[in-house]
Amino acid sequence: MNIEWYIVLSSLLFAVGAMGILIRRSPVVILLCLELMLNAGNLALVAFSRMVGNQQGQIFAIVVMVVAACEVVVGLGLIVAIFRRKLPLDVDSLRELRG
Amino acid sequence: MEAVLFFLAAIGALGGAVGVVAMRNPFYGVLALIVHLFSLAVLFLLLTSAFVAAAQVVVYAGAVMVLYVFVVAYVGGTESAWEPIPGQRFLAPLLGIALFVELSIAVLASSLLALGTHGPDVNPGFGDPAAIGRLLLERFLIPFEASSILLLLAAVGAVVLAGRLGTGGVSKGTVRGSSEHSSEAPAERSEDPLTVPSHAGGGTA
Repeated sequence: MNIEWYIVLSSLLFAVGAMGILIRRSPVVILLCLELMLNAGNLALVAFSRMVGNQQGQIFAIVVMVVAACEVVVGLGLIVAIFRRKLPLDVDSLRELRG
Repeated sequence: MEAVLFFLAAIGALGGAVGVVAMRNPFYGVLALIVHLFSLAVLFLLLTSAFVAAAQVVVYAGAVMVLYVFVVAYVGGTESAWEPIPGQRFLAPLLGIALFVELSIAVLASSLLALGTHGPDVNPGFGDPAAIGRLLLERFLIPFEASSILLLLAAVGAVVLAGRLGTGGVSKGTVRGSSEHSSEAPAERSEDPLTVPSHAGGGTA
């Protein structure tokens, strides 16, 4: 398969993830959609790494995985903290910082 | 054969992504994301990057998804009713399609001639654990150590975030009772009247 197939698939996945972030209101699902976008970026990185014939893009993809794991840990900790304070798990209701 | 595998994995990845967005129950969303991650691992294997595919399955579909499953089971399927801001339901897919079209134009109209090829022929050791490990521990040692520090910071931050209210209390009643004696009780009291009217206002606006 040509590389552009992978790149187009990656941009499609990225668009689906962005759409999910715009539509959904539960913080858990928004984190899941963030994962979709990060994985789309990973797919593009690995595809470009194959296109160039160089393994550095794969290193970059592994670092992105680490960053995604950190983001998941902090985000899920936030969600658990929100849940334990009995605040509504809804990004439209959690508007304290917005004033 | 490769094309068949690519299209199967692409359909799996796309179906998983759409499932994450469309499922009302977050638990099913997590399961759809697991399907998506496995399909992406197949795609990584097709791109001859075995180590990234293995890390994807072990780290992502194994560890991270277990974390998600635990949190979703703890928080529960408390997905609020499908009631977005008016027009959001139609504007968001429009924006998503616009983003996809824009990205596709940017990729396909770029002058990267190698996009239309398979990529160069690589030796059999391309992307296997030995090569990646050598690269990671020799040339990219500083990013490797930086990411390990980042992981440590994230672990500490998660403990601080999740463990602030629970000072030994297990059930919600004791957490509630202990928090009333702590210094955070006024903040919590003042938040409750704030969030309820704003939620009602968000429904009407």
